Amino acid sequence: MAYKVSRPNLTFAEKIYLPSVLAGLRITLGHLWRMLRGKTHVVMQYPEEKWDSHLPEYYRGAPTLVRDEHGRTRCVSCQLCEFICPPRAIRIKPGEIPAGDKFGKVEKYPAEFDIDMLRCIYCGLCQEVCPEQAIFLQKQYALTGTARTQLMHNKEKLLEMGGIKTGLVNKWNEKK
Amino acid sequence: MSNEAPQNLVNVQIDGVWHQFPKGTRVIEACSQAGKYVPRYCYHPRLSAPGNCRMCMVQLGMPKMGPDRKPELGPDGKPVHNWIPRTNISCAQDVSEGLAVRTDSDIVKETREGILEFLLINHPLDCPICDQAGECRLQEFSFDYGQAKSRFIEQKVKKPKRVEIGPRVTLDAERCILCTRCIRFMREVAKDDVIGIVNRGSYNEIAVYPDRKLDSNYSLNTVDLCPVGALTSSDFRFKMRTWFLKETKSICTSCATGCNTIIGARENVVYRQTPRENNDVNQSWMCDHGRLDFHYLQSADRLLEPVVKGAPEADWKAALASAARALKALKPEEIALIASGRLTNEELFLAARLLKKLGNPIHDIISHTGKADDLLVAADRNPNTAGAKLLGLSATEPGSALPVIASGIRGGRIKALIVLGEDATDAGLIEADLNKLQTLIVTSLLPNRTTGFASHILPAAGFTEKRGSMINKTGRLQRLNRAVAAPGIARDDWEILVGLIEALTESVSGFTTIEEVFKAMSAEVPALAGLSLSKIGDLGVQLSL
Repeated sequence: MAYKVSRPNLTFAEKIYLPSVLAGLRITLGHLWRMLRGKTHVVMQYPEEKWDSHLPEYYRGAPTLVRDEHGRTRCVSCQLCEFICPPRAIRIKPGEIPAGDKFGKVEKYPAEFDIDMLRCIYCGLCQEVCPEQAIFLQKQYALTGTARTQLMHNKEKLLEMGGIKTGLVNKWNEKK
Repeated sequence: MSNEAPQNLVNVQIDGVWHQFPKGTRVIEACSQAGKYVPRYCYHPRLSAPGNCRMCMVQLGMPKMGPDRKPELGPDGKPVHNWIPRTNISCAQDVSEGLAVRTDSDIVKETREGILEFLLINHPLDCPICDQAGECRLQEFSFDYGQAKSRFIEQKVKKPKRVEIGPRVTLDAERCILCTRCIRFMREVAKDDVIGIVNRGSYNEIAVYPDRKLDSNYSLNTVDLCPVGALTSSDFRFKMRTWFLKETKSICTSCATGCNTIIGARENVVYRQTPRENNDVNQSWMCDHGRLDFHYLQSADRLLEPVVKGAPEADWKAALASAARALKALKPEEIALIASGRLTNEELFLAARLLKKLGNPIHDIISHTGKADDLLVAADRNPNTAGAKLLGLSATEPGSALPVIASGIRGGRIKALIVLGEDATDAGLIEADLNKLQTLIVTSLLPNRTTGFASHILPAAGFTEKRGSMINKTGRLQRLNRAVAAPGIARDDWEILVGLIEALTESVSGFTTIEEVFKAMSAEVPALAGLSLSKIGDLGVQLSL
């Protein structure tokens, strides 16, 4: 069945376009004027200049794994991020921490943790779902490689990118 | 309408709706049957009900009695109730005439919230590392009755963690809610009273008797029964989170009992097998041996492609054609076939067809036996001896024709041997005998002593990798289902047999699906008449053999 579409009733000024063209031109000329006086920077000279210092706190860059102040990899390989990840970029192989180990109380750790950055969509669900505050989307955004394998981030790479994060909940400490 | 219930049935009102239940039904079961699931930890229908977790609290109402000691009737002609002003456990209470139950009133909800809070006061924050997560009753009922924040500010009680209380079971006492299901199972079902509760008050914990281990062949059932993550399987420990597992209903093939199982697999890897309830076969249990008897299917040694001796490379077509050529050159009395009681009915049926095409050479299956126990394990370790007998693959007494085959090979009379899913050295043959054979066609999962001498190795599929049916020791027809794909280009046994028959007869057999094989079998075998693979259903069909 055909739909009857109601067309807007244009005024004469709208029909001849010119007032709109002039209004647009005014904005453009305004920008030009401000630029000529050196008041706006329109172009950033990337990569000599970078966004990095302007990135907001909530910026979502590449996902990384973090260690806590005791040097423990915070991830316990609960695999919730692997489950939630929409493009299935995450792969975890759990391992067991031996009973005598310094962190033996935690029992579980990721033996392997891979994120395929060619699949990652930077959605941040892994960080949101993590019950251990172990995975964070930090500010690295310029990921490049000359081979696909270079964008397969393994555990070592993810930990190196993540660094040490302090001030998190330490629920595995003995006192609790 | 009369209020009189038929004999042995009683009228019970559950959340305002009247139902009828047989006398002796527990209130918790009556509620479940009425569609009102009552949360529970300690109650299990196959164990005694000590009523110690207190989670299944409901509010009960007794019929109000008039001065004449008869129930007072309301305007609807049904009894009016006196509600008990507190809650009662529903697991240890039988239904009675005129009883009324409220499963979701405010007082019931408040009670359950309080009980759950108590159960959780010493519970650790282990969910991320706990194997039970995802199928944990504490998690599930916390979702319904739990609180987001803990009010507990005292020191939590410390208990032993990661204790190997048996060769296959790991205990985490901090997670335990002391429901005693494991204790009751070991006492009442496994008859090996080895676990108990020690210490007092909040220091109560599960422990095994000194110098004992939880090493019964049924120990892993305690892991299934444990509603929380206190008892976990050492084999499954940290292998995979439960929510990733794709569950396939199948049966165990480790003995003639044929326990119903659920195979948990993810991406072509089987991670665990758990029992599936079937009142006619295994109730809710299965033995540890059967449960863990799947790791060999993931061995790195699995045969991946057909091999023909002397040929550099063989695809299926070439391998089957070469095997058929070798068999065609021989007379029926020069051929022998050793089938297996581990094959499905469909495979055995096709093996019988193959025998017919070869002119009925001598054949038998190898009998595997062990020690039976009182609960589930059968002495016959072949899952489908009954099927082999029914389809004529076995001698009257399984294994009785094997010495004849062995002497035939030794004497040089038998020149070709077909072995389906067995190791011929289990049939009384020695390696020198196998070496004598002109043709040795073997279907197998793994390399064994027979495949070393084989002229044709045809890689087959394991029980988690194929569909089919088997008949257990009581004559129950049950179904296997495919959970994962076979590795490499290994094929289902029935496809191999169809291929071999087609290569022998140089014609098309007409079998393209296993359903068609079953259909042909049910047309030929009177005991299976009228059945199909889908009619077997998840719980199987009792045959009259």
